[in-house]
Amino acid sequence: MEGYNFAYLDEQTKRMIRRAILKAVAVPGHQVPFGSREMPLPYGWGTGGIQVTASILGADDTLKVIDQGADDTTNAVSIRRFFARTAGVRTTTRTAEATVIQTRHRVPETPLREDQIIVYQVPQPEPLSRLEPSRVQTKIMHALGEYGLMHVKLYEDVARYGQVSISYDYPVMVNGRHLMAPSPIPAFDNPKLDRMPALQLFGAGREKRIYAVPPFTSVRSLDFDDHPFRAIRAPHACGLCGATDCYLDEVVVDDRGKRLFVCSDTDHCATRREAGHSGADSLPEAAE
Amino acid sequence: MAYVAVKGGERAIDNAHAWLAEQRRGDTGVPEIAPRQIAEQLGRAVDRAMAEGAIYDRGLGALAVKQAQGDLIEAAFLLRAYRTTLPRFAYSLPLDTGAMHVARRISATFKDLPGGQVLGPTYDYTHRLLDFTLEQEASPPAAAETETDLAPMPRVQDILAQEGLIEPDALPGADDPGKPPADLTREPLSFPAGRDARLQALARADEGFVLAMGYSTQRGYGGSHPFAGEIRMGEVAIEIEPPELGFAIDIGDITLTECQMVNQFAGSKTVPPQFTRGYGLAFGHCERKAMAMALADRAMRAAELGEDVTAPAQNIEFMLYHCDNIEATGFVEHLKLPHYVDFQSELENVRRMRAEHEAAAQATRKAAE
Repeated sequence: MEGYNFAYLDEQTKRMIRRAILKAVAVPGHQVPFGSREMPLPYGWGTGGIQVTASILGADDTLKVIDQGADDTTNAVSIRRFFARTAGVRTTTRTAEATVIQTRHRVPETPLREDQIIVYQVPQPEPLSRLEPSRVQTKIMHALGEYGLMHVKLYEDVARYGQVSISYDYPVMVNGRHLMAPSPIPAFDNPKLDRMPALQLFGAGREKRIYAVPPFTSVRSLDFDDHPFRAIRAPHACGLCGATDCYLDEVVVDDRGKRLFVCSDTDHCATRREAGHSGADSLPEAAE
Repeated sequence: MAYVAVKGGERAIDNAHAWLAEQRRGDTGVPEIAPRQIAEQLGRAVDRAMAEGAIYDRGLGALAVKQAQGDLIEAAFLLRAYRTTLPRFAYSLPLDTGAMHVARRISATFKDLPGGQVLGPTYDYTHRLLDFTLEQEASPPAAAETETDLAPMPRVQDILAQEGLIEPDALPGADDPGKPPADLTREPLSFPAGRDARLQALARADEGFVLAMGYSTQRGYGGSHPFAGEIRMGEVAIEIEPPELGFAIDIGDITLTECQMVNQFAGSKTVPPQFTRGYGLAFGHCERKAMAMALADRAMRAAELGEDVTAPAQNIEFMLYHCDNIEATGFVEHLKLPHYVDFQSELENVRRMRAEHEAAAQATRKAAE
């Protein structure tokens, strides 16, 4: 785009961000402060992810952007267009074709490969933020590996509700050392982070932090021996493709309590339907 | 019942923006407003957009106000997003507000002082009665003019400092001379945050936030007995010193509002009783902002002055993390983005917990029978 550098950010800024990324990869799960820039999109709308993507994107990359698992949600459309406009890179909705995937709130159902990078948009990088609002204090806790506060929170949940009540942004221990916020993905997606072949980068623009999970790194959801971690999903099959192992969206179809459950990962659902799978509510021409 | 996948986000966005552009223009029977008119006639709006957008350019400020339909936080956001793309040619030398070409200068601590009290163009002492003559186009009668002494006006704080009654000015890098002043637009905020970083954050901060926090100190939440030592507004020269020249050159003037608060301080074992300072500075004519900033600055010095830190305005971390309206508006408004994946997991969670609750209640009822 005229008047702007490739992928919007100037090269000095990209260099600063790449340094932060390298440091983040070297210390898995550790939040690295970086000089987050004001972006032409609002804070809280993916500016951290956008800055990370802008810094790693090359001219021959293929970019996929999803929000809530879908490529066609408005904010995903907006971010994909931003890069199509400022970097001119190829974009795709196919998980398998993408080299860089920027996501908000989901991890694709299709397993990612070593030659792919997934960039998470992170609203709140500090996993302890709801328990201790001061970053001065949480920084000390991370330095000391002092995560008792979080274990007590989980214990209190079990005592009060009989189970852990966290259903998204479920805290994980990375590489056995750092407590990390996996971003607000449903707890259902947490197991996908563990030993993922793809590089996972997390960008929090407003909070000015970058962190990473290098390929094949251990990511363990916090739990207790007698209360093991349980992934939650709606106990239904996808109405369109019939999948029973995917994360589902609940769609309200009338005002009499009727619900339809469909895959949240739109690419995964479409791929399955192309392969001949169908669900109870699918019509031959349901798309468009 | 068939479910049609929601598509067409792209077209929806284009249509929404076209509608917005149409709405921004309004009734085409009414003449379109030009940025120059905004810069001239809505100057205080431009000042605020520049102060919070952290860039001094009246033309761009006016354009941003026009583009944002007068939404000043949106205008500041437009300016911020633009300024971040600009290369840095040089850093200016510290501004000398003592040499300000003053349009307004008042002190609440002395009845009269060298340079005098200059009321200047102010809303103070106007009666807030709607002026219906402004409904029509009309030129106001010319304001009275008189010859003035252009000698610089000494700052009230400097007068107090001659007697040692007020703490000395904290010069940037005073505690670490080799260190350049903090720049939050390049380096992330870190703690402990020095006064340089705090003042930069406050200068860019939301006027409403700073106003409310400054006000809270007056109502007892971290009070520090302030007096408006001086408020001055006017033009200040900006100088840079290009390394290849070796001397400073004047690159232009900007309008600034500066406020120096004089605050009580009892002294300590090592320091005799003296007044302390709270400092406020804003682009343009932003007096409310500069005054509130000076209150907030002084409140945030509580820890360094050995005072109890009990009030929100004294909590540096709380203040610095929440004063920026571009950050705040982005995160508050991001709640309108889709969150249905997370909401779905919460739904399933609540359903599961309710089922277990019901099972437990049934078991209790059975046991009771």
